[in-house]
Amino acid sequence: MATLFGSGIRRREDPRLLTGTGLFTDDLKLAGMTYMVVVRSPYAHATVRRIDKAAAAAAPGVLAVFTSADLTGIGTVLCAWNVPDSDLKVPAHPLLAAERVRYVGDGVAIVIADSPEAARDAAELVDVDYDPLPAVVDPEKATRSDAPTLHADVPGNVAFTWTVAGGDADAAFAAAPVKVDLRIVQQRLLPTAMEPRAAVASHNAATGQLTLWTTSQNPHIHRFLASVTLGVPEHKVRVISPDVGGGFGSKIPCYADELLASFAAMRVGRPVRWTEDRSENYKATIHGRDHIEYVEMCGNGDGTITGLRTRVFAGLGAYASTAAPGVPTILHGLMYSGSYRIPNIHGVVKGVYTTTTPVDAYRGAGRPEATFLVERLVDTFARAVGLDPADVRRRNLITKDEMPYTVATGITYDSGDYHTAFDKALAAIGYDAFRAEQAKAREQGRYVGIGLSTYTEICGLGPSQVAGAVGFGGGLYESAIVRVYPTGVVRVYIGTRPHGQGEETTFAQIVADEFGVPIENVEVVAGDTESTPQGWGTYGSRTTAVGGSAVVLAARKVKEKARKLAAHLLEAGEDDVEWQDGAFRVKGSPAQSKSFADVALMANVAWNMPAGLEPGLEASAFFDPSNFVYPYGTHISTVEVDIETGAVSVLRYVCVDDCGPHINPMIVEGQVHGGVIQGIGEALQEMAVYTDDGQLLTGTMMDYAVPKASQMPRIESHFTYTASPVNPLGVKGIGEAGTIASVACIANAVCDALAPFGIRHIDKPLTPARVWAAIQQAGGGAR
Amino acid sequence: MRRTISLTVNGVSRDLNVEPRTLLVHALREQLDLTGTHVGCDTTQCGACTVHLDGRAVKSCNVLAVQAEGRDVRTIEGMGTPDALHPLQTAFWEKHGLQCGFCTPGMIMTAADLLSSNPAPSEAEIRHAFQGNLCRCTGYQKIVEAVQAAAAQR
Repeated sequence: MATLFGSGIRRREDPRLLTGTGLFTDDLKLAGMTYMVVVRSPYAHATVRRIDKAAAAAAPGVLAVFTSADLTGIGTVLCAWNVPDSDLKVPAHPLLAAERVRYVGDGVAIVIADSPEAARDAAELVDVDYDPLPAVVDPEKATRSDAPTLHADVPGNVAFTWTVAGGDADAAFAAAPVKVDLRIVQQRLLPTAMEPRAAVASHNAATGQLTLWTTSQNPHIHRFLASVTLGVPEHKVRVISPDVGGGFGSKIPCYADELLASFAAMRVGRPVRWTEDRSENYKATIHGRDHIEYVEMCGNGDGTITGLRTRVFAGLGAYASTAAPGVPTILHGLMYSGSYRIPNIHGVVKGVYTTTTPVDAYRGAGRPEATFLVERLVDTFARAVGLDPADVRRRNLITKDEMPYTVATGITYDSGDYHTAFDKALAAIGYDAFRAEQAKAREQGRYVGIGLSTYTEICGLGPSQVAGAVGFGGGLYESAIVRVYPTGVVRVYIGTRPHGQGEETTFAQIVADEFGVPIENVEVVAGDTESTPQGWGTYGSRTTAVGGSAVVLAARKVKEKARKLAAHLLEAGEDDVEWQDGAFRVKGSPAQSKSFADVALMANVAWNMPAGLEPGLEASAFFDPSNFVYPYGTHISTVEVDIETGAVSVLRYVCVDDCGPHINPMIVEGQVHGGVIQGIGEALQEMAVYTDDGQLLTGTMMDYAVPKASQMPRIESHFTYTASPVNPLGVKGIGEAGTIASVACIANAVCDALAPFGIRHIDKPLTPARVWAAIQQAGGGAR
Repeated sequence: MRRTISLTVNGVSRDLNVEPRTLLVHALREQLDLTGTHVGCDTTQCGACTVHLDGRAVKSCNVLAVQAEGRDVRTIEGMGTPDALHPLQTAFWEKHGLQCGFCTPGMIMTAADLLSSNPAPSEAEIRHAFQGNLCRCTGYQKIVEAVQAAAAQR
């Protein structure tokens, strides 16, 4: 019988989304609904002298105005990744600022009214007397002695200093004949999920039950943290994450706003809805990246890499967001070996508070930054030794015979055949032919370039024991309940929260295969903590590798029980019954059989159960992986630079990714496309810009350059398939790969195109203005 | 200050009582429960709120409800139902032209307007037509393929 695993079937979540009948949080209407607006600081850093809420409280339709003084008994916004051995300092992050605001967008008051318009009008009437203080937006400058201090308990604004080391990097550099270095700016980015954040909170005073509908990638984490901060017992908190319009990491953190809506619902006694607008989203929802990096690579004249060193200033913004400390450390520094044998590595990352919006996980989260610095260094090193960058990569790539391979940073890559993916990408783009064309183009005064980027990412987060060891404030296993109804239809309850990645379809494919039932008979349920088992969410390309594995384990438990019952019903020994052609059959006499639906009915009515077997047909499973998974691949792009304008055109973009076997190849390809375009946006156009006094200049979509269809190339997507040994599906995760590989790929192509000018590096985004300026500075293109 | 307006929405005559400042998108979402039209920005960039006004795609966050007086509005709910999808909805489904689905209603409304004036657009024309519709998930390629597939079926 044909299996659904490996089939690019249409997604089951689509009919509702295509017809406008999905349910996003802001779509929700409850009887007696009230509306919340957050009054936010217009200053990056200021003392709050006084807040006068009288006029707002007296405005038409207003039910309440709350400031920090009203938040008695309420805790703070929590940071949940306490990276060890880093002297981490997490200052208090109140839900509403009391005496001091620390970024533009910091909340100072909330207004609750009976219509959105009334709430917004009244918010304008909240009179806050600010006394501005000096701001600092640059994470390196924030560590200098003349920088303003954000938090009294964090001298010098340094949140942590984290070191990663393996081998002896200093000795390697001292001995190496070739050394290269770069200063890299990983510019601040705005995640820009198309759906802004939203929350609807409802409280039942009689039962003490708080229900919070919210835009969440991980509702169980939000339940946990909301319970702690609000002081509501965890079993009285129900978090529902309905359809979620993209996250890219920005809907992982626990923010003040959702908790404030919950607080207000408890105080006002009516449901409260809050939805941010885009300008508010850009100020109040986490940002990504924001590193200043000093990086070096050393090696031999034959192209062998022997060492890598980094010194990184990672901006955290004004407060430590939920996962923030782990992003530039565990998810970044441990990946400094990339896809290569680099025996000696030393990195120091300083997390720094600045008067800006908090920074946390954004698609790739630490790994794009690691891949970018490694891949830029490899190209720079190749140029220094006078070798082709493809040859240098091939020489240093970890070979498949070395797998599993422990890199100098101490982690062990599970599996991979890097050279095959690399060679496949070179062949697909026609590397040698392009080099020949490039030489000709240069003679004609055209500047074309080719950029390579290999990548290895740490995904499928991860073994819970490791999570504990690295200070992650939760487990990283996943869970599933598979429940079979009397008519043989199936519901699968999962602890993760897909929000565009298609697991309502792929998980149903797995279960339908396992039970030999039509996929229409399988429904996947996610997002409601009331019905789904404890899970840790969708991020870190973990949902299929970890959550999918829990699903298959639960399904196998169900099937094993079904087999026992089938044997009993067939009056055969357990060992004499096998699953074949979509039914339980007696070995040797396959006509004697029970379908899955037959067994489901008999299990649920329990008229004739064998001794020792409980009625019913359902099982739950928890899957805790033994290791992370390490997807990898090679991306290659070709570009042309117009040296008169500095404009970069992407000519071709080829990728070869390996995420293990594909459950649904159509969905996998979609993930690659989206990730690559997000990375090209980072490489060429996206940047959050602050003025020195902390005003966000890119505060709307008019100013922040989200990639448009007309600006982006077609992606030529190819794959290799290397199963991971660490989960029963062999899958690795593909949600972040494109973003991780593509940024360096494009930057390397542009630098390659401009090599005749001696241009070694240009800070991204590689906008026409920056590229043009670099060409001018190098003495090229002048007229 | 509130005004009552009459308009046709998805073929049905409706009377709405709105403030002069009420945006069409908010009237559709909050008063008519047509929540398939989404709000993704506040500066007319994202296109998630795209609807048809007298047959042409407009951003309903940039139209006052009172400006729709006497006019014909079509939203995503008026395009097709899960049991009877519009050909563009089918094409987006088959070509995987959506992931999170938040931008999708606006994409489909814009694509329908494009195909009504240009039944066989080139890839470049399709990409240009989405100048005012942003998608953060798909990278656009499968959206383009969906529009091409729908065009080929006409």
